[in-house]
Amino acid sequence: MVSFLARGHTKQVYKRMLTPLHKQLLNDFQRDFPLSSRPYQDIAITLGVSEDKVLSALTELYDNNFISRIGPIIPPNHIGVSTLAAMAVPEQQLQAVADKISAYPEVNHNYEREHTFNLWFVAIASDAGHLQAVLDAIELETGYKTMSMPLLNDFFIDLGFKLDLHNA
Amino acid sequence: MITLDVTDLAIMRATQAGLPLTPKPYQQIAGQLGLTAEEVMTRMTAMQEHGIIRRIGAVPNHYKLGYRYNGMTVWNVPDEIIDELGQKVGQLDFVSHCYHRPRHLPEWPYNLFAMVHGKSQEEVDNQIQQIAELLDGCVQGYDVLYSTKILKKTGFRSR
Repeated sequence: MVSFLARGHTKQVYKRMLTPLHKQLLNDFQRDFPLSSRPYQDIAITLGVSEDKVLSALTELYDNNFISRIGPIIPPNHIGVSTLAAMAVPEQQLQAVADKISAYPEVNHNYEREHTFNLWFVAIASDAGHLQAVLDAIELETGYKTMSMPLLNDFFIDLGFKLDLHNA
Repeated sequence: MITLDVTDLAIMRATQAGLPLTPKPYQQIAGQLGLTAEEVMTRMTAMQEHGIIRRIGAVPNHYKLGYRYNGMTVWNVPDEIIDELGQKVGQLDFVSHCYHRPRHLPEWPYNLFAMVHGKSQEEVDNQIQQIAELLDGCVQGYDVLYSTKILKKTGFRSR
């Protein structure tokens, strides 16, 4: 009960924290972040605030994990070769297997999902041979098969994701 | 596609953790790599023009912003028309990724993947319904996989 209340309280703090400036920074700069010598100043001018305000608002968004980063987004398979792989692992061994997989530097995303295939990860390597070697090593180390589903086509026109921040 | 040289790759590596929150972020990156800020910006502009960089911007943490229901919808649609169907699904504003991936028969018959994000189960159910209607008559089966736990999440990495 105590932890529930504590969490509820934290949530309220977060909610109060999202100012109109935070919301503009979250929604209006998912693309076209300026490639200029003073990008935060350019954003500040666009929004009619100071560069310091922009920098401190972005720092707050980072500190509260509302944004994971600001930087270039790369489509899959443009640098290196990647694949989405799934495994069916008994529930009681899932964490141990996941930890082994996460230890590979080639693995970036690793999710548990509600399905017979309950462990999903993305692996990226410099070339197809290296990628296959990583999957082989993971199978050998964990004792479970990987189902590899590399991208065949990408249909998404990535303009960012429109966030509904009305109640945020 | 252009070929990236070692300097381009070094810039991509140096920026994947995020641009520094300092007034001159490109200059800071440039300093780490022994380049000028102009060179970093010129190369990043070129990479963007060639589609190596899709966009430059803030990457929001959907989950933290209230999007607690993140479903990977997977669909079994005919290969002959998957490009046409994928284009339609990829344009929906609640879809954050839409890919054609290979089937693994018999255990995995799905070839079209679309990630959806909502603030409630009801919202996600409604989104799935919209995709189903869009794919009307072409769906031979589908499933939705919800993530229950993020076990590792980092940015791109290239070796």
